Amino acid sequence: MGFHVNNTVLNTIFETWQTEYNIYAPRKYPDGGRFSDTDCIRYGKIDTAEEIIFDKKSEYSFKEFLTPVSQTLFFFTEGETKEADIPQRKAIIFLRSCDLHALKRLDDMYLCNGPADYYYSRLRENIKIVLMGCEHSFENCFCVSMGTNRSSNYDMSIDRQADGTYLIDCKDADWEKQFAAAGCVQQEVSPSYVTENSITVTVPENLTAEAAGSKMWDDYDSRCINCGRCNFVCPTCTCFTMQDLFYSENGKAGERRRVWASCMVDGFTDVAGGGSCRQKNGQRMRFKVLHKVLDYKQRNGYHMCVGCGRCDDICPEYISFSNCVNRLQDAIMEVKQND
Amino acid sequence: MDINTKALKKNAFRITKERGLTASRIRVPGGHLDAKYLGEIQRIAETFGNGTVHITSRQGFEIPGIPFEKIPEVNKALQGLIDGLEINQEELNGGYPASGTRNITACIGNRVCPFACYDTTSFAKKIEKAVFPNDLHFKIALTGCPNDCVKVRMHDFGIMGMTLPQLETDRCVSCGACVKACKKKSVEALKSVNYRPQRDERRCIGCGECVLNCPNAAWTRSKTKYYRLTLFGRTGKKNPRLGEDFIKWADEDSIIKIILNTYDYVKEYIDPSAPGGKEHIGYIVDRTGFEEFKRWALRDVTLPEIAEVMTPMYWKGIKY
Repeated sequence: MGFHVNNTVLNTIFETWQTEYNIYAPRKYPDGGRFSDTDCIRYGKIDTAEEIIFDKKSEYSFKEFLTPVSQTLFFFTEGETKEADIPQRKAIIFLRSCDLHALKRLDDMYLCNGPADYYYSRLRENIKIVLMGCEHSFENCFCVSMGTNRSSNYDMSIDRQADGTYLIDCKDADWEKQFAAAGCVQQEVSPSYVTENSITVTVPENLTAEAAGSKMWDDYDSRCINCGRCNFVCPTCTCFTMQDLFYSENGKAGERRRVWASCMVDGFTDVAGGGSCRQKNGQRMRFKVLHKVLDYKQRNGYHMCVGCGRCDDICPEYISFSNCVNRLQDAIMEVKQND
Repeated sequence: MDINTKALKKNAFRITKERGLTASRIRVPGGHLDAKYLGEIQRIAETFGNGTVHITSRQGFEIPGIPFEKIPEVNKALQGLIDGLEINQEELNGGYPASGTRNITACIGNRVCPFACYDTTSFAKKIEKAVFPNDLHFKIALTGCPNDCVKVRMHDFGIMGMTLPQLETDRCVSCGACVKACKKKSVEALKSVNYRPQRDERRCIGCGECVLNCPNAAWTRSKTKYYRLTLFGRTGKKNPRLGEDFIKWADEDSIIKIILNTYDYVKEYIDPSAPGGKEHIGYIVDRTGFEEFKRWALRDVTLPEIAEVMTPMYWKGIKY
C-alpha cells in the first residue's frame, strides 16, 4: 500500500523500528574522504531520515552488513574455542535497485551454492529491505544494460520528494499498519526507476574464455595499480580470506576472523610453495572482468555484475570496467583472427 | 631628480640598474588569484612599464621599466589588485604600505592537490592579514604536505600540513597498501602487527599517505588540521641553511601567534646598525641564543596537547 509521509512521521516510525533494528543507509561522513576537506558517502547507521543521502551514489555498497569487512568467527585458547557472539540487533537496509539485485547474487553465492554459509545466513535472516527509488541515473551507472534497474522484492520503497516529504510503497504488513495509524495519506505509489543510463554496456553473446587470449589485457599491466578498490566497493565481490591471530600479550589465546580479500591485490593467488597464479595486473583485470560477465553466468544463468558503476567511480587510475566490457567484442575478433 | 629611495622601496618599488626606472612589486598572498587580475597586471605593464612582467620567486609579479614619475599613477592603477587580493592598506590609491615582510607563498594546496592536508592559500591570506604591513624582513611560506613543494625550509617560517591518521580497525582488509606506501614514500612509521597496521607515533610525520592509499576508508584524516612549523631557513651570503623543525602537530592560531610574537622579539633584538634595517631573524637568534627566542615566541601560546616542541634547536648550513 502506498503512502505520502512527512519527515516527522517517518522519524517517529524510525524510532519504533530502532527498538529492534539498526537502520543502515548511505550517509555522509564529513571529512571522511581520502583528500582533505572532502566527505565520504558510504553506508552507516543512521538515526533520522534526514541523514540518508538520496542525491549521490554511495562510494561503498551495503554488503558490509551481510559480509562484514572483518568478522571474528571464534576465539581460541589452549584446548577450547568459543564462538563470537551473534549480533543481537536486526538490520533495516536502505538500498537501490542495483544493490537489491546484488543481494540476490550474494544469496545465491552464500546460501544456494552448496551448503548455506552459517555466518551469512544468520545475518541475512534478520534484515529488512527498503528500496530507494532512482529518479535519475548517476555517473557511470549502467543498470539498464544489466537489467537491474527495477526491483519489486522489497519490504518498503522510498522516494524523497523535492518538498522533503516521502512517497512510500509498503509491503510489510506491520509497517503498513504503522503508516496507516499515523494518519499518512494513502495513494498509489510505485518506486521511481531509471530507463536509460548515459553508459550502455554490451556483453557479447559469443563471449567465451578465449577472450583471455586478447592483447587488450596487457594495457592494464601498467595502468592498474592493483589497489583493489574496484573489488571493495563492488556489491557482488565476496571473496574473503582467513586470519588466525594470537594476542601478543598472551600468545596462547587468539581469534580466527574472516576478512575481505581482493583478486586485484598482491597475495590473492599465492599458493603453498611460493607460487602465484596471476602476477600481472592485466591478468588480474582479465580474471575479474570475465568472472563478472562470463564465468558467473555459466554457473548461475545471469550476470554477476549489476551495473552500479562504483568500480568506475572509485578507480584512482580512471580505469573503466564498463569500457573494458565494451572492448570484449573486439577482443573476441582479435583472438579469432589469430587462430 | 630628487627621490627618497627609502620611501620608494617601502612602497614596494625597486631601485633598478637603469637610472630613473623602477619596478612595481605585486603581492599575491598564497600565490592564487582570480585570472581577471592578470589583465590588470598586463594593463599596468603595457601602460606604465616596458610591456614585460616578471613572475617572482615569491609568487608575486614584478613590472619593470616604470619611470619614477609614473609611481603615483601606478599606485592608483594597483588599487583594484590591492582591493581584490584583500591586502591591508594604509592610504587609498597609495599602493603597498610596506615591502619588508615579503609575499607569503604557498603551494597549490588542497584546492587542487590530492596530497595537500589543508587549503594553503586560505591560511596564507589569514597570516597576511595578521602580519602585513610590516617593514621587518620576514619570509613565510606554506606547503600542503611534507613533500614541501614550496621549499618552506628555505624560509623564516615554514608551515607544512599534517593530518593525524585515524584507523577504523574493523574496516582494514590487511592489503598492506598503507604499510607499503609509508615505507616507500614516507618515513616507515607503519608496520603490520597481527595483519593490521600499527603506527609509530614518534616516527609519523602526518603526511596522509596511509589515508590516500587505503582502498577501504579504514584510514581517514583527523577532523583537526595540524601543522609542522620549521624555523629560520634562509638563503643569503653568510650562512645559508635549511629551516629546522620547531613544532610538530601545531595548530593555526598558535602559528600566527608565534609569528606575531617574533615581530616583537626582532624589534627588541635587531642589530640597530643592520644595513637597510634588514637582518635575517636567524642571525638575531644566533646572537640571543635559541632559548631567548623561544621565550618570546611561545608567549601566550597554547599548543594542542599532542604538539611536540623541539628544544634546543641547532642549525647547520654552509658557513663562509
